[in-house]
Formats: sequence, structure tokens, C-alpha cells
Amino acid sequence: MSKRRVIPGFGLSMGFTITYLSLIILIPLAALFLKAARLGAAEWWEILTSPRLIAAAKLTFGASAAAAAVSTVFGLLVTWVLVRYRFPGRRLLDAMVDLPFALPTAVAGITLTAIYAPNGWIGQYLEQWGIQAAYSPLGVFIALTFIGFPFVVRTLQPVMEDFGSEYEEAAATLGAGRWTIFWRVIFPMFIPALVTGFTLAFARAIGEYGSVIFISGNLPMQTEILPLLVVSKLEQFQYEAAAVIAAGMLIVSFVLLFFINLLQRRLNWQNR
Amino acid sequence: MSISIQSIRKTFGAYTALEDISLEVPNGSLTALLGPSGSGKTTLLRIVAGLDFADPGPGRIAFHDEDVSEISARKRGVGFVFQHYALFQHMTVAQNIAFGLSVLPAAQRPQKSEIRDRVLELLKLVRLEGLDKRRPHELSGGQRQRVALARALAIRPKVLLLDEPFGALDAQVRKDLRRWLRQFHDEIGLTTLFVTHDQEEALELSDQVVVMRNARIEQVGKPQNVYDHPRSPFVYEFLGNVNKLHEGKNVRYLRPHEIEVLFAAECNPATDLLARVHHLFSAGPIATLTVKLTDGQFLDVELSRKYLDELSLSIGDEVAVRLAEVTD
Amino acid sequence: MPHRSVTTESPWVRRLLIAAAFVVLSLFLLLPLAAVFAEAFRKGWEVFLASLHEEAAFSAIKLTLIAAGISVPLNTLFGVSAAWLVTKFRFRGRSLLLSLIDLPFAVSPVIAGLVWVLLFGAKGWFGPWLADHDIKIIFALPGIVIATVFVTFPFVARELIPLMETQGSDQEEAAVILGARGWQIFFRVTLPNIKWGLLYGVLLCNARAMGEFGAVSVVSGHIRGETNTLPLHIEVLYNEYQFSAAFACATLLAFLALVTLGMKTAVEQLTGHQSSNHK
Repeated sequence: MSKRRVIPGFGLSMGFTITYLSLIILIPLAALFLKAARLGAAEWWEILTSPRLIAAAKLTFGASAAAAAVSTVFGLLVTWVLVRYRFPGRRLLDAMVDLPFALPTAVAGITLTAIYAPNGWIGQYLEQWGIQAAYSPLGVFIALTFIGFPFVVRTLQPVMEDFGSEYEEAAATLGAGRWTIFWRVIFPMFIPALVTGFTLAFARAIGEYGSVIFISGNLPMQTEILPLLVVSKLEQFQYEAAAVIAAGMLIVSFVLLFFINLLQRRLNWQNR
Repeated sequence: MSISIQSIRKTFGAYTALEDISLEVPNGSLTALLGPSGSGKTTLLRIVAGLDFADPGPGRIAFHDEDVSEISARKRGVGFVFQHYALFQHMTVAQNIAFGLSVLPAAQRPQKSEIRDRVLELLKLVRLEGLDKRRPHELSGGQRQRVALARALAIRPKVLLLDEPFGALDAQVRKDLRRWLRQFHDEIGLTTLFVTHDQEEALELSDQVVVMRNARIEQVGKPQNVYDHPRSPFVYEFLGNVNKLHEGKNVRYLRPHEIEVLFAAECNPATDLLARVHHLFSAGPIATLTVKLTDGQFLDVELSRKYLDELSLSIGDEVAVRLAEVTD
Repeated sequence: MPHRSVTTESPWVRRLLIAAAFVVLSLFLLLPLAAVFAEAFRKGWEVFLASLHEEAAFSAIKLTLIAAGISVPLNTLFGVSAAWLVTKFRFRGRSLLLSLIDLPFAVSPVIAGLVWVLLFGAKGWFGPWLADHDIKIIFALPGIVIATVFVTFPFVARELIPLMETQGSDQEEAAVILGARGWQIFFRVTLPNIKWGLLYGVLLCNARAMGEFGAVSVVSGHIRGETNTLPLHIEVLYNEYQFSAAFACATLLAFLALVTLGMKTAVEQLTGHQSSNHK
């Protein structure tokens, strides 16, 4: 017997949602895994252990982790200032945080390159110090930090806003100083949100393409990222190889997504 | 129109919300579903409204002998006031009240002017004349509740259902609205069923109290009867203050006003117990006295302040307490 | 002696932290934005306007508008339907569905393009069949549209779900009891309550649709004047060292981003809610 429901539209919304989800997301992704599965384990191994792929993976995961870490530190600072203090320009600062979400990645890519190129606004000074920012792994890191930054702020912000001052007051009545209160009372409560923000920024960075390819220089073995490798396999009509690399990236992303969901549940529970 | 509830069961997975509930709500009565949270009272109300469905089986809901179990909430014709009113935030008071009429199919929908007249009539009925252009967020809690009531009545419902009608209001507003709702009910005479967890509210307001606990009905009756003759220790404790006096293996339940306090010298050993005054509190005409019996048990006693002054007791004095006789 | 509050830092530390936040955000976010406009106007107004007054730029803008014009309404429809489903009903598999809606966030834009090539490309599952019937999807408009749809899939749903979840179903239930039918409930009760969130979701979806690069780049084939969207056109110009022209086109997208952010701030002030769409 079908369960009776009071609010109408269950069948219609279920039918449309599932059909659309299947057509747009599930079937295409399944096709990708099927394509990758056509190759045997030996071919998988060969593709996944090729020096070029390993170099790209190292760069992608390394730069993504470093960028997410720096985003987390900056994110903590900016969120703290946004939530705790009242000062002129706060709303503007708050709105600015979302810029990397809203700015198309290609635009971010060319503008970051213009800034960090050897003759760019910042690049020329770095050049004097002997640091090459654009067309190097550092450039990849810069682009990924730009992209990941808002994830940390927007994950941490609601948690910090809900954080009542009674904990700090309690700690203070027990004789703790401001510095102790921050590290022993406040910071530990933000850790789940910080980890979630870090993971979101990291997951986004792994797949990032548009903002990176302009600034990175795209040299195989040196500044080539995984998504670019997928594209170059595709351009060489090596569909299976592209599918295998893509499938590997997706598995990593799904694991991260799963981890984020667990954390989010914990966060929700904590905030209740 | 009377409401007849027969053999209703409701489970959510392994949890039983209602266990074989049968209840008659007489035509024109004001009936309270009273119980602690989780007792199933709101679920029962929602099933009567058609917002939830009883488990398949023999259970049925009837309005004046017409089985409505299979009729959808949309067509069941009940007035329902939600605990937090569920007013449409973006509509004016008038639009809220008119909603039920304006969504009727064109053939049945009254003329615009008729709807307007009905809205004004209802606003007058709930004493909110002149507030028709306000929006819900511009109203006080008590006003919102009356808008919700007017909105529910606009469709000329067969019965009126209220979920914790005073739950979201301040203590003083509650008292005023309670009195008003009683008068209002007497004026319109619509069969009304309401849910509350407040025993005082249920006793003061209703013609019939239904005490619920753990998915079952504990007792049904007129407020006075249920209060004076509770059928179980739960009902005893739930309806007002009660002393539990252990007499050997038995427990005796006594309301504070069922105990008389006398000078120790007047003690009749056959019927009275000796005790010492432990605590005294009096505000208003009724005073509360806590006494400690010789065996260490405490009893709360209510007595008139005038009488307490006559006794002129202080803490530590010895007194005699006389317990009301067991009547049933 | 002034008392120091236990719940905040000394004014000196406070000022230092605020200044640090401003420096970080300026260097990090404001500078790139400023650079877009500075580079675009480096060679003056004439070059700026000429770059936009070009056949290829026109066709790129047109294609971008068409792709967004198809994918945004589709995803809006989906977002409303999915949000209605998961917030008004409880059913088995609901939390799985919620995760699946988030799935595209975890997919690299490049992969979002790749899946369509694998399905409809010359060597894809349906490639030969499409060739036989003379239907072009990859390296043509349909490919660009479906890639955009994939990438912008969750935006409206993600904006509506938390909003509708907090609003609960009381008002809809009240409408049912008062005799309203399905569409009456949606249009007269639900929609007015979610309109600002919906608007912001649509704007965000649109910004992302018009700015999408990776996925579209994979399926477009970069045929100038035919399958280049605005971001792809920027790439082509950039790679041809026409920097001022590239940045001139980029100002259009940067402007769109600023409008989107402005609307977001406005919507937040109107509703008093922080947006929940952080992806």
C-alpha cells in the first residue's frame, strides 16, 4: 500500500528529480566508470604509475593541500575579524570573500597571471628576490589558494556566529587569560569546522582547471596538473586513459565528500 | 458536529504513538487532550485533521456519523489552529483569513465582495477590527492566534482543532485568552478539540478532559470528576499537586487541601498523625505548609491564610494533621 | 583604570587583526579584480571598445547567453522540484538523494565535460549512431549546454533546501486544510516565502553558467565564431597575446560577478539570513 501524504506533489517531484538526476549526473558518471573499466588492471596500473601522471598527481595534491592549509589560516583570521569585530567596511569585506566563487575561473586565471608574471604588479618584486611565481608550481599554489579561500570562511562563519560568549566568560571566571581562553576553549571548538573548510577547499582545488592553466605554464612533469592531463589525453583521443585518470580523481573526490558529510553531521550535532 | 474516534492506532517504525484510541467528543463540547509531551495527543489531533494517517486497520474517524477517515485534509472541512499559527507571512491579515475562500474552484468561490464581508465579520468576531491590512509580523502573539482562529473559521469548518493554543504566549496573555476562548466557544458553539500539556488550562477551560499517557487514554471525564476521582496515580500526580503518603506497602495519594492541620493538643491518635512544621509560605489567601511526620515523610498542606494566622505557627512547632477519609 | 573585557582582545590587538584581514583580502582578492579592469583599459578606451565590437566577441556573448538561457531554467526547475521533494517529504533514500545532489560539486569541471565526450563524442557510446543520423552534440551547442547544465546542476537546489527546511511545512499544511490544491499551495504560499533565496540561487547558477570554462572547453572544440563561449573566447585572445582584448572581455564577466555579489548582499539584508550556498 502506498503511504498517504498530506502535502501534494510527491510523485511529480520524485519522478522529475530522479529522472533529471539520472540523465544529467548518474548515467554520464556511470558511463565514465564503464569506459575506465574496459581496461584491465595491468593497463590501469600502467596509466596510473606513468611518471607524467605521478608528477601531475604530486603537484595537484601537494599544491592543493598547501593552498588549503594557507586558506585555512587566512580564513580563520578573516572570519574572526568579520564575526567578532564591528568596524567600518565590514560588510564590504564580507561581500569580498565570495569573489572567488563568483569570478569565472578563466578570468581569475588570466588576472592572477598578469599580477604574478615576471613583469606583473607583484611578480616584478618577487623576480627581484629571485622568486618565479607564474609558470611554476608556486603559481599553481597561488591560484588554488585564491579558489579555496571562501570555503574556509563560509564554513567557519556560521559556527563562530553561533558560538556564545558564555564559554569564554566561564573560562575567564575560572581564571584563564585571553590567550589561554583562545587556545584552550575557543580554538578546539572550531576544529571540526576548520577541518571541513580545509577539506572543501582541498577537494575543490584538486579538480580546479580554469584558474590554474594560465598561471601554471603547463609543462609536463613540472607544472602540469591532473585535470590538464585528462584534457591532453582527450586531445590525443586516448579516451580510456582519460577516463581512468578521471575515475581515479572522482574516487578521491567522493571519499573526501563522504568525509565532509560525516564532519558536517558532527558539526550540526555540535551546534544543536 | 460530534467527533467519534474508534480504535485508532499509529506507529512510527518501532515507536507506538497511539495504541488503540477510542474517544467520543460530544457535539458542541470543548474537549481538552491533556498529557505530557510524547503522550500522543498532538498525533491524535493531526489524525483527526487528516494531517497524519492512522495505521491501516479497523480504526476510523467520524464526524456526526459520517466516516471521514478516507477524506483528505483538503476536503475534510476542519478548522485547524497550529501551535505557532502558521500564518502566511507575506499576506495581510485579511488575505490570510480570506485564503480558504479564495482557493475554492471558481464555481464555488464566493464573490469578492462576499469574501470581504466574511473577512470583516470574522475580524469582528475575534475582535481585531481595523487590523485587516496588517501583516502577521506586525501583530502581538495573542493577535496572531486570533487571526489563525479567524482563518480557520472562514471555511465554516465542521469541527475546530487547536494544537497547544496558548503554548507560544506569555503567562498573562494566556490567562486572558483562555477566558476569551471559553466565551468565544460558548458563543459559536462549534465542537472543539484542543491539545495542551497544562493541566490548569485543561481543567479551567474544557467541558471534557481526556488525559493521555504513553500512547493511551488514561481517563476521560468532566474536569471536576477527573480531578476529584483520578483513576490512576499518574492522573493524580499530573492534575495538580499531590502528596504521596507511604503506609506500609501502600501508597496513599492526598491533595494538599485534603489535609487538615490542628494544634498538637487536639490530636486524636485514632485518626491524626503528629508532625512538625518544616516550612511556611503564604502569598494571597491560600497558604502552603510543609510538615514533617514523625516517620520522616513530608506532607504539603494547603489551608486558608486566615486559619493559618489563627494557628500562629512557626517553624519547628508540633502539630497534628488529619487526613481526609478515603471516599472510594 | 579601564576594565578589559574577558571576551575580546585589547584594542591594539583588535586593530592589528582587522588591518591584517584587510591586507590579506586586498592583496588576495581585490588586487586581481582591479587588475582585470586595469589591464583592460591599459591601451585606452578605443581598444577596449574595439575588442568588444568584434564579430567573434559578439558570437561568444550570444553563445554564452544561449547556453545560460537554457541551462539556468532547467536547473531552476530541478532545484525547486528537488527542494520540494526533500523538504516536504520523508522517504527512504532521502539522505542518499541529498548526497547525490551535492555530487557535481566534487566533480572537476574537466570531468564534467569528459563524461559527455565519452557518451556523445566521435568515439563515444552513442558517437556512431549520432554520426549516422547527422546529429552533432560534441563540438556544438548541445554539448556546451549539457556540460553547463552538469556544472551548474546543484546551485538552485543547494540554496533552497536549507531555506525550506528551516521554514518547515506548517504553512503548506495550513493551506491544505484550508482547501488549497497543489499548485495553489506552491504559487501562493511556498513561492512567496522562498522568492529571495530562489532569486539568489538562480543568480549564482547563472553566474557560474556564464563563466564556466573547464567543462565547456572540453566539449566545445574551440571553433572560433561558432562554439566559443565568452570564457573560451577570452582564452583564445589571451593565447594569441591579445591581452587587452582578453581583459576587455573579462571585464564583462567580472562585472557579472560583482552584480551577483551585490545581489547576494542585498538579498541577505532583505531576508536577514546568511546564504548557505558556499560552493
